[in-house]
Amino acid sequence: MTAIDPTAHLTAEQIEELGRELDAIRDEVIASRGEKDAAYIRKVISAQRKLELASRGVLLFSIFPPAWLLGTAGLSVAKIMDNMEIGHNVLHGQWDWMRDPKIHSTAWEWDHVSPADQWKHSHNELHHTYTNVIGKDNDLGYGIMRVDEDQKWHPLHLGQPLWNFLNACFFEYGIAAYDLELGKNLHKRRRKNPEFRARAKAVGRKIRKQVLKDYVIHPLLSGPSFVPTLAATFTANLVRNIWSHSVIMCGHFPEGVQVFERRSIKGETRGQWYLRQMMGSANISGSRAMHFMTGNLSHQIEHHLFPDLPSNRYAEVAVKVRALFEKYELEYVTGPLPKQVFSAWRKVVRLSLPNRSPKVKTPAREQELVAA
Amino acid sequence: MTSAALRSRAWKLLEMVTTPLLPSDYLDLVSPLRAGADLRGRIEAVHPETGDAATIVIRPGRGWRGHTAGQYVRIGVDVDGVRLWRAYSITSPTNRQDGRVTITVKAIPDGKVSNHLVRRAKPGTLIQLDQPTGDFVLPRAKPAKVLYLTAGSGITPVMGMLRDVELDDVVMVHCAPRPQDVIFRSELHDLVADKKLRLTEMHTDTDGMLDIARLDELVPDWAERETWACGPAGLLDTAEDHWTEHGVPERLHTERFRPSIVVTGDGGEVTFSATGKTVDAAGTTPLLDIGEEAGVLMPSGCRMGICFGCITPLKAGAVRDLRTGEITEAEPGVLIQTCVSAAAGPCDIER
Repeated sequence: MTAIDPTAHLTAEQIEELGRELDAIRDEVIASRGEKDAAYIRKVISAQRKLELASRGVLLFSIFPPAWLLGTAGLSVAKIMDNMEIGHNVLHGQWDWMRDPKIHSTAWEWDHVSPADQWKHSHNELHHTYTNVIGKDNDLGYGIMRVDEDQKWHPLHLGQPLWNFLNACFFEYGIAAYDLELGKNLHKRRRKNPEFRARAKAVGRKIRKQVLKDYVIHPLLSGPSFVPTLAATFTANLVRNIWSHSVIMCGHFPEGVQVFERRSIKGETRGQWYLRQMMGSANISGSRAMHFMTGNLSHQIEHHLFPDLPSNRYAEVAVKVRALFEKYELEYVTGPLPKQVFSAWRKVVRLSLPNRSPKVKTPAREQELVAA
Repeated sequence: MTSAALRSRAWKLLEMVTTPLLPSDYLDLVSPLRAGADLRGRIEAVHPETGDAATIVIRPGRGWRGHTAGQYVRIGVDVDGVRLWRAYSITSPTNRQDGRVTITVKAIPDGKVSNHLVRRAKPGTLIQLDQPTGDFVLPRAKPAKVLYLTAGSGITPVMGMLRDVELDDVVMVHCAPRPQDVIFRSELHDLVADKKLRLTEMHTDTDGMLDIARLDELVPDWAERETWACGPAGLLDTAEDHWTEHGVPERLHTERFRPSIVVTGDGGEVTFSATGKTVDAAGTTPLLDIGEEAGVLMPSGCRMGICFGCITPLKAGAVRDLRTGEITEAEPGVLIQTCVSAAAGPCDIER
């Protein structure tokens, strides 16, 4: 909760008008979705598969250092493409409109230890509906970190820079545990819940398959290159994990991003929901290649406003969305990757310590909303 | 170990190599028409037939099982990025040497797929295929005397038959608006010149619609002929009445092209076919709410159209997106977000 509510100057009517203007932007993209967009995702999928195949091929000879370097770099990029621009976005249903059963949110599975259906529930449903609502959106700190001054400090929080670093290295496992709500479910009674057990089993199966593929089958296929190939896949997974963790931290953690109280979303209108997405997300600026490698999550604000629009359209949408931010005098939080990553990390470190100055009590957003 | 068991072992190992994708996801990159792949075809040529009809030459994948003359095939084509499925009669003979098959498509007004195929389809494009099907075919024993009664694009399955099997005594009555609208006209006239076919060509723009009573004068022995009729519903309805009235309904075989006619409106009767419940729904209430009120177990999520946790197959009818007003009509494989869709006329939800 920030000291000053940055949306306090908006009237209820203005917020609803803002919602209508955002709906119009969405409608425009939907009406113009077509062949070019379909060709785009097909091209990306085909390129990803070719890159992965080629990299794995090169890694068969990873005993030679140049082959190791090339194969590891290629595999890292292929894994990032699989998770970010393809997996994340397909699983959002962004490409369901093509009616291609092979590129569909109901059928897609990704190179990740969290099974697609579990991730869809915790990400699409919980995180995207309750974005930045403390206690409802577990993406805020993933249940292991303190992310706001208003949250009570506990000595355990001293370790959160370390947790965050470990989470970055093994991010896909962190996500799988998070999708399972492992912390909550490890209590004796909950562990026996058959629904939880079935989900845990599914995660176990997925982990087994991924580990077998990356750390047994491919190294074995490499014969004398067994150890270098094992090291290569481990490195590629590490690179992919740290990269996606960094990108995702930039989405909601940097300074300037708002968090909300549970009661503030009671009876929320469409306009208010849009406004919360706008204030609760942050972008990364950069080149087209940067946007591509982040799966266009560099356009986090646009993605949170329109999670089901094809990712290749966020760049053009961003121009219009930014104009609305200016029109309504709101802060569009964005910056280059290093700056945003640093900002997010600084917050993690700062909040690992108890609050320095006494908290400023503010009227803040919930009263505004009740009045509206 | 048998070779089949070995193959399946090898395949299992390959699946471990490619997980979570399948080996076929990679093989499709290089060989989409191979044996064992999902059935697809490649458009190899598009030949114009008339102003609004064209023949599409398709090379089917290795899994193609072949057709019988008169059958149709369902094809899935991407139009403006959206995969749409339609059925077309096969017009090529069954013994075509190069293994290609052809369909002949007439562009119908506002027809998304037909216009795309006739005017915009490009050689090299991959399309999805089903195996050929349909019972509008000749019997194994050749009938002595045959009548083909066709109108418009209804000539396509019959052309498949004419090209496939040579019969001793064939009469054809074909209707089209004008001479230039007759698909395969020169080929038909060649058959006539070779005395393989007796043809009555009717031009409805000048001659008017075919009066079935005139059949006596056009084909005096029509009642003795085994007849295959294909064309608009009106023609087929009158033909069925006529054959029944004369006590020979078993001699008439018909093929109806059924463009799914969906009545769109505001609200309507919603059937939850898996549960067997039917309820009336308003045009403004999300189908998710309608289902839940009726006690149907509906998957749900964010309830605002963002999480795709509620998507469900639409089996029949049409629904309206409550956010955009966009209408979605039922087609095989079409899924809808029940939390932001309302009934646009009667519809069937698979729950």
